[in-house]
Amino acid sequence: MASGTIKIKAALSGDITEVKALFQHDMETGQRKDAKTGEKIPAHHIKEVVCQHNGKTILTCDWGVAVAKNPYLSFRFGGAKVGDSVKIQWTDNKGDSDSAETKIG
Amino acid sequence: MSVKRRTFLKGTMATSALGAAVGTGLLQPRAAIAAWSEKAFSAKKVDEAIAGLFGNGATKESGEIKLVAPDIAENGAVVPISVTTSLKNVETISILVEKNPAPLACSFNFSGPLEGYVSTRIKMGETSDVYAVVKAGGQVYSTKKTVKVTIGGCGG
Repeated sequence: MASGTIKIKAALSGDITEVKALFQHDMETGQRKDAKTGEKIPAHHIKEVVCQHNGKTILTCDWGVAVAKNPYLSFRFGGAKVGDSVKIQWTDNKGDSDSAETKIG
Repeated sequence: MSVKRRTFLKGTMATSALGAAVGTGLLQPRAAIAAWSEKAFSAKKVDEAIAGLFGNGATKESGEIKLVAPDIAENGAVVPISVTTSLKNVETISILVEKNPAPLACSFNFSGPLEGYVSTRIKMGETSDVYAVVKAGGQVYSTKKTVKVTIGGCGG
C-alpha cells in the first residue's frame, strides 16, 4: 500500500467547492521498452479514483494508461461548507492503493 | 472501495462470459457502467470506445460542451485538458484521443452535486482530434478539438 502519494486542496468559493488533487504515480503505458534489456515495461496505471464528500461518493474516475504521469485532477461541487471532509482514494491495476483526506478551507 | 466491487471487477476480467452477457443486453447497462470497462479502454477506435462505455457509439454534437486544450502541445506526455459543460444532469464526462493506441483516456462518473467540469492532464502520441464526450440526461453528446503535438518538444 502506497502512502503520501496524494496532495489535495479543497477550497470553498461562494457555493462551489473546487478540489484540486495531485497523485504520484508512474502511469506506465505498457508500450515503453526498457533501454537496457529491450523488453517492454508492463502497464502500471491508476485505474480508479474515488472522491468522497463527508463519506459520500460524489465522483468516480476510470482512468486508462493515457492519463499523464503524476496525474492531476480537478472538479467542482456544491452543497458543502467549510470544515467538511474531502477524501480521495486511488487504486491501480496491480491492486496498490492510497488515500488522503482534507478539510474544505 | 468495497471488497465486493474489487472482486466483481476481477471477476469481469477473468471471465468473458459476463462481458458477453453485457454485450447481448442480458444485464442492465448500469452494471456495466459501474465497473472499469475493459472493452472501452481496449477499443482501438473512438466510436468503439464510446460504444464500450454507453452501448452505442453514436454521439450528438453539442455546443454546450467546452473543451479547453492547447492548440499546440509541445510535450505530448503532459497535455492539460479541461471539459466544462452547461448541460444538466451530467452522468459522465469522458476524454478520448483519436490517434492514441487506445483512444479512451479517462472517464469521470458523477454521483453527487458536481458542476459540469473536470480538468486533468493526458498523454498524446501524435497530433490528433481530442473528444470530450458527455452523457447527460440519458443522451450522449460530444465535441472535439484538434491538438497539434510537436515531436521533439522544441516548438514549430
